[in-house]
Amino acid sequence: MGVEPAMRTRNDLALSIDDLTVAYHEKPAIWDIDLDVPAGVLMGVVGPNGAGKSTLIKAALNLIPRAAGTVSFYGKPYEAARSLVGYVPQRGSVDWDFPTSALDVVTMGLYGKLGWFRRPGRAERALALAALDQVGLADFAGRQISQLSGGQQQRTFLARALVQDAQIYFMDEPFAAVDAVTENAIVGILRELNQRGKTVLVVHHDLQTVREYFDWVALLNVEVIAAGPTAEAFTLENLRKTYGGRVSSLHGGQLLAAGAP
Amino acid sequence: MTRGMAVDRDDRRVWAIIGAVVVLGLLFIPLSQALFGLRYTYTVRVVALGGAVLGLISGALGSFAVLRRESLLGDALSHAALPGVAVAFLLAGRELSALLIGAGAASWLGLRFSAALLATTRIKRDAALGIVLASWFAAGIALLAYIQSIPDASQAGLDHFIFGQAAAIIESDVRLVSGVGLVVLLALALFWKEFKLVTFDAEFAAANGFRTGVVNTALSTLIVITIVLGLQLAGVILMVGMLIAPGIAARQWTRKLEQMVALAALFGAFAGGVGAVISALDSDIPTGPMIIVVAFVLVLMSLAFAPERGLVWRRLRQRANRREFAARNTLRDLHRYALAHGGADSPVPDEFIRGVANRSAGLGLSELRGDGFLTQSAEGWRLSQSGIERARRDQRNQRLWEAYRLHAHELGLPNVAEERERDIASILGGEAVARLERRMPRSADA
Repeated sequence: MGVEPAMRTRNDLALSIDDLTVAYHEKPAIWDIDLDVPAGVLMGVVGPNGAGKSTLIKAALNLIPRAAGTVSFYGKPYEAARSLVGYVPQRGSVDWDFPTSALDVVTMGLYGKLGWFRRPGRAERALALAALDQVGLADFAGRQISQLSGGQQQRTFLARALVQDAQIYFMDEPFAAVDAVTENAIVGILRELNQRGKTVLVVHHDLQTVREYFDWVALLNVEVIAAGPTAEAFTLENLRKTYGGRVSSLHGGQLLAAGAP
Repeated sequence: MTRGMAVDRDDRRVWAIIGAVVVLGLLFIPLSQALFGLRYTYTVRVVALGGAVLGLISGALGSFAVLRRESLLGDALSHAALPGVAVAFLLAGRELSALLIGAGAASWLGLRFSAALLATTRIKRDAALGIVLASWFAAGIALLAYIQSIPDASQAGLDHFIFGQAAAIIESDVRLVSGVGLVVLLALALFWKEFKLVTFDAEFAAANGFRTGVVNTALSTLIVITIVLGLQLAGVILMVGMLIAPGIAARQWTRKLEQMVALAALFGAFAGGVGAVISALDSDIPTGPMIIVVAFVLVLMSLAFAPERGLVWRRLRQRANRREFAARNTLRDLHRYALAHGGADSPVPDEFIRGVANRSAGLGLSELRGDGFLTQSAEGWRLSQSGIERARRDQRNQRLWEAYRLHAHELGLPNVAEERERDIASILGGEAVARLERRMPRSADA
């Protein structure tokens, strides 16, 4: 079976989403999404609450059923590209009182590579420890995860994704409710990933920092309102379309001023 | 290095509690002989062994039910087993393996039914489980009533499946339970990594290619098998207690999943064995409730006395913290006042220090005096040499933390949580502190 000609051109795209629709019950959460993400960009996904940002990530990763549409990673469907994909879920999605250590959580990032039934060993623990070190938490390896601060928990999740050694990372609100120190640390890691040619897709809430953090952006409100290089897509016009009237009164001028050179 | 020591201390605590439970279990034998005149006849030994084996298996599996917040699922599944027992009796007669297979089938059908309800309707999970629990159990009771109306001697004792009856257990039952239980535990060991991952973060598991549906079904199936094995002893109504109580107790003592499961298995074995023996004293004492009473005592003790999570421990630590903070603040206030009034060793009037912070000052003063940091005279409180040193050290530590907050980034210092009450040098190391020292804010009274 030959490769479809259209697919071949998509190989330089880290992520290509076509006609993706997801509906919880009758109402669509995301509608007819078309999104092409070139390899090597650091991309912010912004949009109001309920815009379907998390849904987009989960649908792309096959975590929730799609009503329609196809998603490919470097030209391959998810099943074939799984080892290329890293995932940082929302911090609030797990019970942090679970009896386990930070190191153990990071080691879970290697379970997928180990596959069914094989146990993590010394090599896996060393990799996990290195990833913890990368996020500045080497000293907290043995800590029970409930004893980590919110920012440290978020960095633990990030380390778990780093250890996956993926090509494209999906991060669901990594900056939610973290302190400035953690935010800086996370931004540093994102940039480092970016410099190593990885593609990073981040669900983000703070419009003020979009221009500073991301070179690519998608504005989402059930549909994709705009997507592209931040300089082109992150305009007041597009923000108004995404957020409605609210944005001009709240952030408008300030936002664009903040992004001006 | 401190980390390693802390981990060792946690592990030692778990070993200590394991030892305590084993000793208690062994002590129970002579104690029960002396107090109740219990004789460890063959029958009692079989019952005790059966209870212990069952408790071990249900404690281990039940830990996962606790962590997954699936207590209600366990309760629904065990209630749902009853109609299966009745139907199996009608079809195959009073053959234990047949009854248990019937129980398992009914329970599993209940599980599938509630899953189907969840998938196809908008009923919430607890409601779906509640409806299965009630209706399956009702069907079971109705069938038992019907069976009792049949003139046939062999149905006697079928209602023991409601509350459990250890006296009915014979050696071959224990062998069956042990054999199947061993398979269940082996399966648990085999799926360990998958169960752990799916329990902690199912979404991440799915994103990493694990079929969470398969893992969940495997775990639920093991739990159903465990429930079925326990029905004869604990009964459908109380089986859930045997499943979750050991896990709840074990969780209090440890921070590691493998230790929690091992400890739960041990607690379960203790409760199962002791409870079964007590109920064997008299055929009128139902076994399920006895096991649950013992397990509940373990839960209460753990909730009260476990280090860190236990109530008593937390209260004590809160008090120690209050004293510690009061002492620190009072020392700082005394030091400042003395410096401003002639020197570090000049006296501070009692009215002043109590006027600043009345209640905590009293606490702090007594704590500081106990440590030999101050003396009382007619003119007031006077810091001793060691008190002055301590105050200076605290002050310096606070300034270093301030400097850390301001300059950590430019100095390229590691990113640590600001635990200001802790000695910064022990966290960052001497070299970093020396660099911070040069950036330390000057203060008026230095």
